[in-house]
Parts: sequence; structure tokens; C-alpha cells
Amino acid sequence: MHRFANPAQFNRLADAILPWAIGAMVLLFAAGLYTAFFASPPDYQQGESVRVMYIHAPAAWMAMFIYMVMAVASFTALVWRHPLALLAGRATAPLGAMFTALALLTGMLWGKPMWGTYWVWDGRLTSVLILFFLYLGYMALWQSVEDEEKAGRAASILALVGVVNIPIIKFSVDWWSTLHQPASVIRLDGPTIDGSMLLPLLLMAAAYQAYFIVVFLWRMKLEINRRKLAVARQAMMHAPVGAE
Amino acid sequence: MSAGQQTSMVSVFTAIVRRDVRLAWSQGGGSLLALGFFLIAVSLFPFGVGPAPQVLARIAPGVIWVVALMAAVISIDRLFQADFEDGSLDDLMLAPLGTFGMVTAKVLAHWLSTTLPLAIMAPALGVLMNLPDGAYATLIASLLIGTPALSLIGSVGAALTVAVRRGGVLMLLLILPLYVPTLIFGVGAVDAAVSLTDPLPHLALLGATTLIAAVVGLFASTAALKLAME
Repeated sequence: MHRFANPAQFNRLADAILPWAIGAMVLLFAAGLYTAFFASPPDYQQGESVRVMYIHAPAAWMAMFIYMVMAVASFTALVWRHPLALLAGRATAPLGAMFTALALLTGMLWGKPMWGTYWVWDGRLTSVLILFFLYLGYMALWQSVEDEEKAGRAASILALVGVVNIPIIKFSVDWWSTLHQPASVIRLDGPTIDGSMLLPLLLMAAAYQAYFIVVFLWRMKLEINRRKLAVARQAMMHAPVGAE
Repeated sequence: MSAGQQTSMVSVFTAIVRRDVRLAWSQGGGSLLALGFFLIAVSLFPFGVGPAPQVLARIAPGVIWVVALMAAVISIDRLFQADFEDGSLDDLMLAPLGTFGMVTAKVLAHWLSTTLPLAIMAPALGVLMNLPDGAYATLIASLLIGTPALSLIGSVGAALTVAVRRGGVLMLLLILPLYVPTLIFGVGAVDAAVSLTDPLPHLALLGATTLIAAVVGLFASTAALKLAME
């Protein structure tokens, strides 16, 4: 793992992956959006509104997945002092917040015609809202401490404390039987969803994953270059007069 | 570890607890402020929603719990900060007790001095809010079980923001979301008592939340404090 601690090596790896990831992302989004909006049947109960689900459910999975990535990065940063792990956590947080917001917003838009209300305080909605707040808190903490190293490690501690929320989100629909439906894809006895609807769902999930990889690598490269710039600037400021 | 060392650890621990409790209640301490806030903020609600007894009874458990939460939060941002500013935090961390023991002592002191009095004062506010007679025992029980979690989770926020200038608002942002499970089960218990159902499951879950907060909170605060003092 420490092989990738070298930023130059990481950059090379990222440059090798990026073209493939971008290609996969474009293809998956095209296929996913086409099947979601045109090549899949309307639901017998929900009608066309079911198509919101293809945007909504994968976004919600990503919201949790990215939090776990952030938590693992935080753990790695705190325990092994891995230099890139702090940057990785920082790079993931806005993406996670974005997917969480997307899941919340599409859920609200779906909820209005289906449940008759944009928002209910049920277990799933509430715990996802808390997830959104945790992302905001993580980013706020990064922003507020001047020393970047310390800011990152403080934010990492917060990220690890917030992991408690992830199982609550996952099992909230089983613990509190409320408006949000229970899992129909990721469950022990296999998916209970029809194949014609499962396909666009999985394609969209894969497209989101590809998007995450692309933007994550971009943001990592950006962070590394920003770091390099800061170091170079500092070196220039502290260089003896006439050294140029 | 010899018996003598162990006694000295215990005496350091109790010394920190006593010192913090005394400071919290002395001139410039935060406990009276928190209690005053608790009283005034709750008594604003009858003005806000109108004095109709049924309405007040319906919202009483929630209002009392939410305001207790706020009172805990506004008092806890000084948990480490005052000692950080005058430098005594360094001494406390170097004491034979270690950082973890010191954090535990300070959290215990915050609970004894500030959040426990909130629980004791709550019945009086229940009267103001027209809480049904059968719910008082559960209100006190839920606050007794839940308030340690407020101090424990709050200490994480206090430790994370100890070196941040104007960290108070940031701390609110960090810890209020983490208070939600405590709030849900605390209010759930009192609501159950109001509607004459069994509050015990809620109290058990509340206890579980507090225990998780104890395990996660103390370690996280210790780590955060060590980080800030580097």
C-alpha cells in the first residue's frame, strides 16, 4: 500500500486508469439512462414515476459507499499516517455529499406523487439526512483548522465516529416499519425485483461508480498538485536572497 | 503497578472531577447558565405555540428533550477550552492519569455538574409544559439514562474544536447530528409513557446509545485532544 504513498507514482497510476474510467463512464451512463428512461417497462403501480428510482437508489448506495471509502481513508490516515489517505478523504467528501443530496432530492420528487408528501420523518429519510450533515461537518472541520495536517486528522476522527450511522441507515427500514420500502436488491435471499428493472438499476449504479472513480482521481491529482505548489511556494519564500 | 500508584491515580481522578465540578459552579462557570437557558428556553414555547394545555402536553417531551440537548451543547464547548487557553491542559495530560483518564474525569464532571442537574430540574419544566402526571417518572429516567450520552458525545466535539477560534458554532454542527439517536429514544420513552404504553424498550435502546457513546466517545475525544496538543 505504501507503494502508492509516492505522489508521482500515484499520478502515473491515475493517468493510466483515467482514460479507461472516462470511457466506461460515458458508455455506462448512455446505456443506463437509455434503459432507465426508454427501454424498461413502467411499473404496474407506480407508472412512469418508477424511473426516478433508477437515479435515486444507486445515488443512495453511493452516498453510503463513499462514506465507507472516506472512513477507510480516515482510518488509514490516522493509524498508518499514510500521506495520501488524508487527501483521499478530502477528495471523497464533496462527492459523497453530492450523491446524498441527489438521493434526498430525487426521493422527495418521487415521494410527492407516490406518498403525497415531499418529506416524512421516517427512519431511512432521517438517517440519510444525518449522513448529509456528517459530510457537511467533515468538510467544515477541514476548512476551519489552519494547519492542514491537523485539520485532516481531526476530520478523520469525526468521520470514524460517524460510521455508527451507516448500519442505522441500512437497517432503518427493517427496524422502523414506516413509509420507505425495505431493500429489494441487496438482500440475503437475492433480489426480489424484476429483471427488466434490475438491469437499468445496475447499469446506473455502475455508471455512478465510474463517475466516482473519474472525479475522485481528478480531485486527488488536484490535491497533490496543490500540495506541490504550496511546498514550492514555501521553498521560494524561504530561499536565501540572491539564490535564483 | 503498585498499590500506592493505584491510589494516587484514583486521587488524581477524583481531584480532577472535584476541580471541574467546583469550577463549573463557581463564578464564571457554565452550569448555572445552562440551567437558566434550560428554564427560559422551555418557557418560551407556551408563548410561541399558545398556552392551550393539550398542545403543550403533546409537545412537552420533545421540547424538554431538545432544549436539554441545546443546554448540554452550549455548556460543553468550554470542556477543554478554558484549560487549553491557560495552559493547564498540558499539565493535566502529563499527569500520571494519562489523557484517557483525564478525559473520562472531565466528562464525568460535566455530567455531574451540568447535564445531571438538567435531569433533576426537568420535572419542574414538565409542570410548566403541562406534562401528563403518569410521565414524570419516565421523563426523569430517560434523562438520567440519556444525559451521560450528551456529555460523552459533546466531549468529542469539544476536543475536535479545542484549538479552533470561534469553534462553538462548528461544534454545534458536528455534534447535533450525533445527538439524534439519543433524542429519538429519549423522546420515544416519554411519549410512550404519555400514551400509556410500555416505555421500557425505548429506555433500553437509550441505554444502548449511551453505552456506545461511552465506548466511541471517550476514545475519539482522547485521540482528538492528543492531536490538538501536538
